[in-house]
Amino acid sequence: MFKGKKVIALGERDGVPGPAIAECIEAAGGEVVFQKTECFV
Amino acid sequence: MTPVLRAAANVLVHVPDLVRYGSKCFREIAAQGDSFSRALSKRLRQFDEAVAYPPNQAFIGNIAPERLREVLLPWHAHPAGGASARGAFGEILGQETFYALLAAADLFGLTMFERPLGAEGASLAVPLMESAVPPKASGREDILRLVESGEALPLYRGDALIGCARRDHETDEALGARILLENLAAKASGAYVLRHLLEGAGTAPDELEYVISCSEEAVGDRYNRGGGNLAKAIAEMAGCVNAAGTDIKSFCAAPVVALIHGAALIQAGVVRNVAIVGGGSLAKLGMKAHRHIEKEMPVLEDVLGSVAFLLGTGDGDGPRVNLEIAGRHAAGQPSTPQGLAEALVRDPLARAGRRICDIDKYAVELHDPGVTLPAGAGDVPRTNYRTLAALAVMAGEIGRENIDSFVEERGMPGFAPTQGHIPAGVPYLGHALAGMRRGDLRSTMVVAKGSLFLGRMSQHSDGASVVIET
Repeated sequence: MFKGKKVIALGERDGVPGPAIAECIEAAGGEVVFQKTECFV
Repeated sequence: MTPVLRAAANVLVHVPDLVRYGSKCFREIAAQGDSFSRALSKRLRQFDEAVAYPPNQAFIGNIAPERLREVLLPWHAHPAGGASARGAFGEILGQETFYALLAAADLFGLTMFERPLGAEGASLAVPLMESAVPPKASGREDILRLVESGEALPLYRGDALIGCARRDHETDEALGARILLENLAAKASGAYVLRHLLEGAGTAPDELEYVISCSEEAVGDRYNRGGGNLAKAIAEMAGCVNAAGTDIKSFCAAPVVALIHGAALIQAGVVRNVAIVGGGSLAKLGMKAHRHIEKEMPVLEDVLGSVAFLLGTGDGDGPRVNLEIAGRHAAGQPSTPQGLAEALVRDPLARAGRRICDIDKYAVELHDPGVTLPAGAGDVPRTNYRTLAALAVMAGEIGRENIDSFVEERGMPGFAPTQGHIPAGVPYLGHALAGMRRGDLRSTMVVAKGSLFLGRMSQHSDGASVVIET
């Protein structure tokens, strides 16, 4: 479902971190153009 | 030597007129000007409201954190009856007192006040802090000149300009007015909570041998940004003339890292006592103010939090800091919530032959959900407790149906201000100590995490944990 798609991955420290989302997207054939993890506290 | 926890202290400082210098509000005011400033002013709380805010009463030890479950949400709409600014192991200070403390912390003429602080009577006295001599009055023209030229930040009492905090170098950002005000705020609140700690422990300031600061500020100049040793400045201000010190940094995990290091210094016989101190974070005031304003609720991040705890040698004078159960997160481990929980909780307990359910209470990051939920940032402690419960399910210690009871029994609602390092499990230490002295509690594990990725040098988080038990 991500093949040929460009993806922005925004992660959260207490949820799913950015690099983990990016890895999943890339494994599914997507291209991660930006990934970042934020801390909301 | 067996390291023991001898005392803990938590202090809040209600500083509504410094919220504008929190990072978020400062940037919003720069972008939106007076409109944000006015909206913010309308939502700031009075001192009595901050005192009666139920989580603040839990923070200073007047109510058990678990009792917050009985208070209806939103907590700010259900003030605690009979609330006091003095707590079982802490205090809530007002802004006027804090201005006097800031001035006392200032050894370089960085702050100026139009009137001598303390001139308006006993309410401005600075208890515990003999060194807090009211500063000399400064001329209004001098204050206005510095503010108008951009060399100093104005300091207010409500709408009235009463002083300023200035830079100490023309071009060095590390010695800019806002950075120096942040550093002074951490020093002043840190020294005050340290004095509270020593008073509570019956330890004279000159008996203290070592101070570790886990404050977040990067004290230094252009050649040494973050050079540090705020600990020694805090020790000096608190009159701990025989204490050396150093800082430990690891974002919000630092208090627990410092706790482990302090206990290790004692166990190794380097010193006989160590105080760990976290001063308040000015930058984090009003971090979610824009959301609170949108929700037409009070701006709850109007307090600086500070924590301190005292470690000593084992003489039956407190529960043991068990360094055999200290968790750490290695650079090769995943920084996912599960990876961190395994590294910080499951693995150190397993190494010591303990189970997750052998620990009576877990003190995770105790961010007040009354602040975070309306801002869309979730309930941080609840999320962390559910992760621990899930680990216990995976380990076969409890059934999936017992996740909620695990959270209720071994967790607690968050009650600490969103001041980064301050909620890092350690605000519970005062409650834990009281529970262990009463015999209600045998063991607690303090668990903290730090967001290293915010500094752009690693994608990792960090974390640390340790068990304290009778």
